[in-house]
Amino acid sequence: MRVQIMNEDRISLINEREDQSNTIAVSIRGVSKTFVSTRKIVQALHPVDLEVATGEFVCFLGPSGCGKSTLLSIIAGLEEASSGSVWANGKKVKGPGTDRIQLFQEAALFPWLDVQHNVEFGLKQIGIPAKKRREIAQKFIERVHLTGFERSYVHQLSGGMRQRAAIARALAIDPEILLMDEPFGALDALTRDRLHVEVESIWSQTRKTILFVTHNVREAVALGDRVIVFAPRPGRIVEEFKIDLPRPRHLEDHNLVDKAAEILQVLKAGMIDSEEESLRGPIH
Amino acid sequence: MAQSINLSRQRTQSRWWLKLLRQIGFFLILLLAWEGLARSGIWPSFLFVGPIDVATSLFSNLQSGVLLTAILTSVSRLAVGYFTSAVLGISLGLFIGLNRYAKETLGSLVLGLQALPSVCWIPLALLWFGLSENAMYYVVIMGALFSIILGVEAGVRHTPPVYLKAARNMGAKGLNLAFFVVLPAALPSIIVGLKQGWTFAWRSLMAAELLYVTVSLGGLLEESRQNIEISQMFSVMVVIIIVGILIDSFIFSPLERTVRTRWGFDQ
Repeated sequence: MRVQIMNEDRISLINEREDQSNTIAVSIRGVSKTFVSTRKIVQALHPVDLEVATGEFVCFLGPSGCGKSTLLSIIAGLEEASSGSVWANGKKVKGPGTDRIQLFQEAALFPWLDVQHNVEFGLKQIGIPAKKRREIAQKFIERVHLTGFERSYVHQLSGGMRQRAAIARALAIDPEILLMDEPFGALDALTRDRLHVEVESIWSQTRKTILFVTHNVREAVALGDRVIVFAPRPGRIVEEFKIDLPRPRHLEDHNLVDKAAEILQVLKAGMIDSEEESLRGPIH
Repeated sequence: MAQSINLSRQRTQSRWWLKLLRQIGFFLILLLAWEGLARSGIWPSFLFVGPIDVATSLFSNLQSGVLLTAILTSVSRLAVGYFTSAVLGISLGLFIGLNRYAKETLGSLVLGLQALPSVCWIPLALLWFGLSENAMYYVVIMGALFSIILGVEAGVRHTPPVYLKAARNMGAKGLNLAFFVVLPAALPSIIVGLKQGWTFAWRSLMAAELLYVTVSLGGLLEESRQNIEISQMFSVMVVIIIVGILIDSFIFSPLERTVRTRWGFDQ
């Protein structure tokens, strides 16, 4: 699939990269985020250190306000860290880049473009000619099973189809890293299950590094090689779990359910800690 | 289930017909009452005429071609001025919406000028440009400009941040981001501004044409006053209403509807 938009230079670059498999895709060093308003200072994220291997599927799990989405935005380069630095594919992150594409809960498809042109959007930005763009878009629309909906506008698509289109739009750009911010959070359970299967198969075929933010424990266990558990107030990492269950995983599998229960305990403990903390008042 | 869906559809359809029937009935009665009043002799016939005289005058002016010339003159003044105003307004609105300093300075100026009724530009236009086409264009431009600027600016300010994030993430920046993301994202609000702008421009153009008497819609109105041709005056007023309704229902309403559906506001 990569060959589609590559010239020879890029192919050699890719080969180089694939030679160094087991390299680090994302390296997070001492990243924190503090929001300062006139009234108060809110620490959204305590300093975090984390490394993600190339091709790894990592889930950030936690309740709202734990800084997991903030961390993802910082990796995407869409938000600035208050301290520390993020390195992606060996380069320091200084802003958004097409090597890291973020997907949002709202899908963020452009309502003024049809599916085809939404998927072509990123390709247009890097100056790929129209004919080539059409071919690439066509291929990824097919990949996410949206063939026949090329001319549909966003308001004509269901929530699940919107996320599929957003995935196609991201894949078309061929990023090394996919940053998924609760992409299926607004979908019904059945649609979500189907999209899990699809994301897993895309991941296993393309071997892209995926960082997946969710507050759904079972979703995290079903998808991740590793689950990083966050706790709120202040946002921080409390524990991480390696998930060795064989793939494809099934939500009903009792091993998966057990693992999810174990992680849920940690998640709850983290939340109780922070509730007690906030009862005792802020610590300065 | 399917049957009940059919039933409700039939009911809305019959309601739609009833509504039209009621409207036709209302206007028929209105026309009859108008004609009756005109014939009653309460007012002298040089001050008040009935719909039959108005229609006669309308057709004779249509046949002589005067009315068509007048419509074309007024509408082309509106079109040229309005197009200029839209280009200026959209660029300025984008600039003000995207730049904080422009918003603080230029933005407050625009907000102030918007408070000035658009007909108030007419004396200035006549002083600067004399009785000329340029004065008419100026009036139209100033009539529409501030509504358009404010519509664009509001749209830019309320653009969902997630569109900008996604676009920047995919490598859009600078003018590309402004014209292919910010501007279309702001379209619903831009259209509101464009629509308000055209009504303001149309009104002040009609007012300005009363002073600059040429064969135009406003000019014909003023001419009918001078010649005390009441049936022509009424017929020109009717034409002005019809032109307004046509422009609205063939340009602005469909535009607004398309955007509202596509952006998902009508669901």
